[in-house]
Amino acid sequence: MIATRDAYGETLAELGAENDKIVALDADLSGSTKTGVFAKKFPARFFQMGIAEANMVGTAAGLASVGKIPFLSTFAIFAAGRAWEQIRQAVAYPKANVKIVATHGGITVGEDGGSHQSVEDIAIMRAIPNMTVIVPADGEETKGAIRAAAAYKGPVYVRLGRNKVPTVFPAGHRFEIGKGCQLVEGSDLTFITTGLMTAQAVIAAERLKAEGISARVVHIGTIKPLDKELVLQAAEETGAIITAEEHSVVGGLGGAVAEFLSEECPTLMKRVGIYDRFGTSGKSEELLKYFGLNAETLVEQAREIVSRKK
Amino acid sequence: MKEKFAELEEKARRLRVAIVRTLHKSQSGHTGGSLSAIDMICTLYFHKMRHNPEEPGWDGRDRFVLSKGHAAPALYVTLAEAGYFPAEDLMTLRRLGSHLQGHPDSKVTPGVDVCTGSLGQGLSMANGMALGLKLDGKENRVYTVLGDGELQEGQVWEAAMAAAHYKSDNLCALIDANGLQIDGFVEKVMNVGSITDKFRAFGWHVIEIDGHNIAEIAAALDAAEAHKGAPTAIVAKTVKGKGVHLFENKAAYHGVTPSDAELPEALRCLGCLD
Repeated sequence: MIATRDAYGETLAELGAENDKIVALDADLSGSTKTGVFAKKFPARFFQMGIAEANMVGTAAGLASVGKIPFLSTFAIFAAGRAWEQIRQAVAYPKANVKIVATHGGITVGEDGGSHQSVEDIAIMRAIPNMTVIVPADGEETKGAIRAAAAYKGPVYVRLGRNKVPTVFPAGHRFEIGKGCQLVEGSDLTFITTGLMTAQAVIAAERLKAEGISARVVHIGTIKPLDKELVLQAAEETGAIITAEEHSVVGGLGGAVAEFLSEECPTLMKRVGIYDRFGTSGKSEELLKYFGLNAETLVEQAREIVSRKK
Repeated sequence: MKEKFAELEEKARRLRVAIVRTLHKSQSGHTGGSLSAIDMICTLYFHKMRHNPEEPGWDGRDRFVLSKGHAAPALYVTLAEAGYFPAEDLMTLRRLGSHLQGHPDSKVTPGVDVCTGSLGQGLSMANGMALGLKLDGKENRVYTVLGDGELQEGQVWEAAMAAAHYKSDNLCALIDANGLQIDGFVEKVMNVGSITDKFRAFGWHVIEIDGHNIAEIAAALDAAEAHKGAPTAIVAKTVKGKGVHLFENKAAYHGVTPSDAELPEALRCLGCLD
């Protein structure tokens, strides 16, 4: 168990030692986002920008313009939310080589409540042309994703979480932008999941097996560009899709999959996520249960979709 | 020097003619703010900045950010005059497929390094460039032109704070204070107050000049370069639409282009009698 933000801090510091073009920026949250690890090792290449996200994004764009590879971090709601138009104008529109690594995505922010829980960031980042959107499932995938983001030339948004999450991928897992990953074979339905919901889907698939339901699990680490081949294959071969994400059902992974399949291969579908509402205060485990973001919900939804198939 | 300034004045006059002709052709774009900023942009490109039109990406170049991106015509006529692209291209401004977009686009225009147009963001980008260049121990300087109405954007002051905090003395912001914005006089729409006092309070070195006096512009740019330990703001009093009395000091000409009827008189004002 490791939090994706911890894997980020560690990897960014490693990358800093390998490539002196890498710089980091933070808006007074370096202890939480873990850019502080980089800051400690490379103080000259770390830019503390204070509580001013809009300026942080523009500054990163300027740094990229003179050849740096800036990683900027803050909570997802302040990166994607507060600075959305700066990201659009200064980063995505010019295809600036800026990496936005947003931590504390989703409702597992917990006690801080709805003001701090970003349930819309995947949707609004995905809507911007030129933007790549990555949501890793665990620490191992995060390490690969951060390395892939550094190697890729152009804007990338990576969404990470606050809490420790179960390990899904083996050590040394190779991450490729735009490539999904089938974790469990199955023929009755497919869970297409991202972020911390992938581990839940693996648990759900195991439970369903005991009931004689064969559930496939496909993890989508890159929401944009979507691995259309893998999604299409799942739709054609299993005929039922359940998406799951720690995000609104509007415009996130569920939206992306629905948009694609409705045109290419209309398929029975369900979206597990947050149904057009804000988050609220509570312990993160309580909130996951409260919003139905767990294996239990996936099992129920799977039973239902399989019954509808018949 | 006097001769050099006379030459720059003549160049600025020709650039004004090019702005008027370009905007008359496009029938879309921002006349007033292009004419108010052109003396500063002309002095930067033909007197102060190190740059190489043969090699727009030359590492040794100083950087320029047109934060008030709607004055793109002023930048485009300057880049064309410098040789970044043929002057004929100006006649394609704002047309489908043109490399001269409505607002500066680094993806398509040689000599443009960042995308601006959404106001209030250029100072952040310019300071990012300044920080990056300093980190590499480079001497290159960064210049940016902002409008006075643009100072109403809060991000400008976030950037002002950061540039002073990081002592970005390789950064110089020129404020094209023409006193007008789309809805009217800046002080009526949303009074920015004393620009000088504000930048000073943020820790900047501030110089006040007449933004149409080439000698004053040049002297201020030299003083900015000489000043160490803080970024410099050159607060330039300008006249919106400067050079063409039809457009001068008229908010209505913020986003309005010269008509067929106005063109002969506009060109006459700028010394074109043909």
